[in-house]
Amino acid sequence: MPIAAVFQAHDLAARRGTTLLWQHLAFSLGEGAALVVRGANGSGKTTLLRILAGLTRAEHGTLEWRGRRVHAFAQVLRDDVLFIGHAPALKDEMTARENLASLATLAAEDVQPMDAAAALAEVGIAAHGALPARVLSQGQRRRVHLALLALSTRALWILDEPATALDAQGLAWLEATLAGHCARGGIAVLSTHVPVMIDAADVAEITL
Amino acid sequence: MSDARAVLPAFVWALGRDLRLAVRSRGELGTEIAFYALVVTLFPLTLPPDPALLDTLGPGVLWVAALLSSLLALPRLFAGDFADGTLAAIALSPRPLAALVSGKMAAHWLTTGLPVVVLAPLFALAYHVSATDIAVLVAGLALGTPILSMLGAIGAALTLGARGGGSLLALLVLPLYVPVLIFGAGAVGAVHAGLSPSPHFSLLGAGLLLAALGTPFATAAAVRIALD
Repeated sequence: MPIAAVFQAHDLAARRGTTLLWQHLAFSLGEGAALVVRGANGSGKTTLLRILAGLTRAEHGTLEWRGRRVHAFAQVLRDDVLFIGHAPALKDEMTARENLASLATLAAEDVQPMDAAAALAEVGIAAHGALPARVLSQGQRRRVHLALLALSTRALWILDEPATALDAQGLAWLEATLAGHCARGGIAVLSTHVPVMIDAADVAEITL
Repeated sequence: MSDARAVLPAFVWALGRDLRLAVRSRGELGTEIAFYALVVTLFPLTLPPDPALLDTLGPGVLWVAALLSSLLALPRLFAGDFADGTLAAIALSPRPLAALVSGKMAAHWLTTGLPVVVLAPLFALAYHVSATDIAVLVAGLALGTPILSMLGAIGAALTLGARGGGSLLALLVLPLYVPVLIFGAGAVGAVHAGLSPSPHFSLLGAGLLLAALGTPFATAAAVRIALD
């Protein structure tokens, strides 16, 4: 039985300066599907993810979310998308817990202080929750940012290189979290350089 | 989720976060206030010690210093969030972007404009400005400095990612500040000339309302352009 397509791209193309990064890109994702984007450095993975998240306009082509054509910053897309960029969006002056709670509130998640602490415990940095983000290591900063996934109720996750700076244990958590998200009918799009095993019904792959 | 599109929670989030960051990085907050104090105290050193002259020049100097210290803090308004990716999260939040940037503008005013308004009477005394003139000056600053923060936010968002953003920002924003400066300093001038300052206040108030209505949307658009 074909699954109803929720997130579709038709004939996308992206340009950086005068060079065409890629073109004729199309996909169709149903509920519970995952899309893994691979490609060399500079091949335009981040550009693709930013276009899919609605941050950047595509050079050509259209995007459809739940049957509606969406443009950059469309409210219907913003209501459902969680974008995690390659830089951990943490403020050095705030503690790990404050950072996470702040990002979750921004994403309009209904978060209690206890939830943020529990999410940090889940990614293994419960002990450092009260430390300012400035003293955390790269991997720990990445974990704090990714802990947002544990609090997210959004249907569409777009993750730019989420596995970067993660150790084996962190990667296992990420894989389990992605599998859980897809099992609930969510859609995940991620770029990666390292093998990420996603236990989802439908895992598509794009190599740029 | 129910309040995702509500204006107030978005405004409160941005205001609260930026104020918290400002308080935690006290050094930066102090810089603008120290800058304002320095500019204002350096001027009398270059002038002859004539009370009448100081009284005439004082309000103008205080206004220009307020302008410059507001400008000094502008590059920071979005640059940090732009660099670490928070601005992308802000722009992609289901919450209304215009309300989020309004909260940032309010935080900018509370950390740069309000100290200027509060400290102005103190420095005005150093210029031998009379008590009535001080009251008019402070009222003008209270009405005018929020406009500076709001207009400045558009410029700060437009110059994101531009090379030499800081100096470009000054060139872009200072001309926009001119009307505020004219009516603000003009209010004190009117009192000096024996006229009522109320036309100036009315114009500043109208400017404040217009800015409050228009600048959040212009800034939101500029933020989106910067991220594209």
